Amino acid sequence: MSTHSIFDIAGPIMVGPSSSHTAGACKIGQYARALFHKTPKKVTFYLHGSFGEVYKGHATDRALLAGVMKFRTSDTRIKTSFDIAKEKGIAYKFIKKDLGAKCHPNTVKMVLESGKEKMTITGSSIGGGMIEIVKLNNFEISLKGVAGKYLSLVVSHDDNPEIIVKLGKKLKALGLKIANIESTSYKKKTLSVLSIEGKRITIPEAKEMETIEGVDFVRALTKIDN
Amino acid sequence: MKYSFKTAEQLLKLCKKHNLPISLIAKRYEAERCDKPIATVRRKMKQARDAMYEAVRKGIKSDEKTETKMTGGDAKNLFKQLNNLRNMMGNKVTVRAMAYATAVGEQNANMGRIVAFPTAGGAGVIPGTLFSCAEHFHAGKRKLLRGMFTSAAIGLIIAEGATLSAAKGGCQAEVGAAVSMAAAGLTEMRNGTPEQCVHAAAMALKSYLGLVCDPLGGLVEVPCIKRNALGCMVAIGASDMAIAEVESYIPFDEVVGAMKEIAEIMSPKLRETALGGLAVTKTGIEIKRKLGLI
Ligand code: SF4
Repeated sequence: MSTHSIFDIAGPIMVGPSSSHTAGACKIGQYARALFHKTPKKVTFYLHGSFGEVYKGHATDRALLAGVMKFRTSDTRIKTSFDIAKEKGIAYKFIKKDLGAKCHPNTVKMVLESGKEKMTITGSSIGGGMIEIVKLNNFEISLKGVAGKYLSLVVSHDDNPEIIVKLGKKLKALGLKIANIESTSYKKKTLSVLSIEGKRITIPEAKEMETIEGVDFVRALTKIDN
Repeated sequence: MKYSFKTAEQLLKLCKKHNLPISLIAKRYEAERCDKPIATVRRKMKQARDAMYEAVRKGIKSDEKTETKMTGGDAKNLFKQLNNLRNMMGNKVTVRAMAYATAVGEQNANMGRIVAFPTAGGAGVIPGTLFSCAEHFHAGKRKLLRGMFTSAAIGLIIAEGATLSAAKGGCQAEVGAAVSMAAAGLTEMRNGTPEQCVHAAAMALKSYLGLVCDPLGGLVEVPCIKRNALGCMVAIGASDMAIAEVESYIPFDEVVGAMKEIAEIMSPKLRETALGGLAVTKTGIEIKRKLGLI
């Protein structure tokens, strides 16, 4: 099957000027916000390749920050996101940085912080507003932001297959099917990305799954705009 | 998956098997893919159409210049010529198409709302071409949607076989892809066969192979907006050729393959980094300096 939706091509409806540098950037910001799960107090953006060269004129900076504040790609407030962030007391910084030849030319590494909590997320804008999250903290992942029937559940947990079995049971009880699981491990921790079929997962439901022993966090990426 | 396709060959086979135009295969593909009714898919495309229409409507009236003062107000200039067609070599359809495409490009440059169809940089070509031609043959809104679905199907094949990212493939992947998509969409709106649509797409894309992405100061303004306007002319021309039963000697899928190969050998300086081509002309350097980029 093609990985693309017709509406990855005929869309998104977005605020200009660039689908990869503005809309894609906004989406990467939304994903980062959803994975971090709260509004950060401080965000640092490391811009790689073309992102680093031309981010200002394409409003990549404003769009990334807008995404972190949960604005949609079609939200005309993207134009003034710096001011809005200041009002909300979010500190932000943009730094041009070479993240290595392996990275897609439109890549950003984001460090989100709030008090003691900290998360590092790397994402690439792969064209036409489509994006991919390639790294979360130390885990290499592949989380594609394309429209479709699956939604992604990102789970960080101890290296123990039992945990996924328990999680599967909880999902089944909610009437959800796991279509695919991809896991990566790093130093006795595993990050699993589950493709789920069925209804949306609510925040309380995700919180409830976090009570499984050995689970660090569960994030349901359901409210991201596509 | 009954309606899945990644290449033009597969798409044409589906059209033949089900005796349907490309647009309907695309619609069913999407419905099947997201497990949603056809009506939902149609509604989503209508939203895209309405958003494009809004951008055109705003753009043809706007005098607003961008922050760099490089662009703005040209859509209005072009649109005015519709009252003065004697002055023009092109006809009403082509001048209007250029006005509409410019309108969308200017809205985009001013951070207005547009539809990235397939990308923001190339967003003017499809509304420019399809809207202007639809007005000409008094096509209903339904027909316009058919053109949009067919355009999207062609874009999907390019995304699968090559890329729609200028950072990866240069402008051939943005404006080039858009022109190819518009040529196919227009051909279906004119009741061309699926084969004719694909030939139009192939002929259009061949004309754009190798086009580099070299925007001044890295901004989607110069040469982007004018490339959109002129792209409509090529889309209309390619569609005319296909309707006249001119065929592309090279099949579309092979053209897409060539595009991919060219993307791989294209210098990164010519792929959305503003480090080559027009971006480093004397004028380009001046703009960079003004923006504090050097
Ligand atoms: S020159 Fe580059 S930025 Fe401009 S339309 Fe072409 S691909 Fe897009």
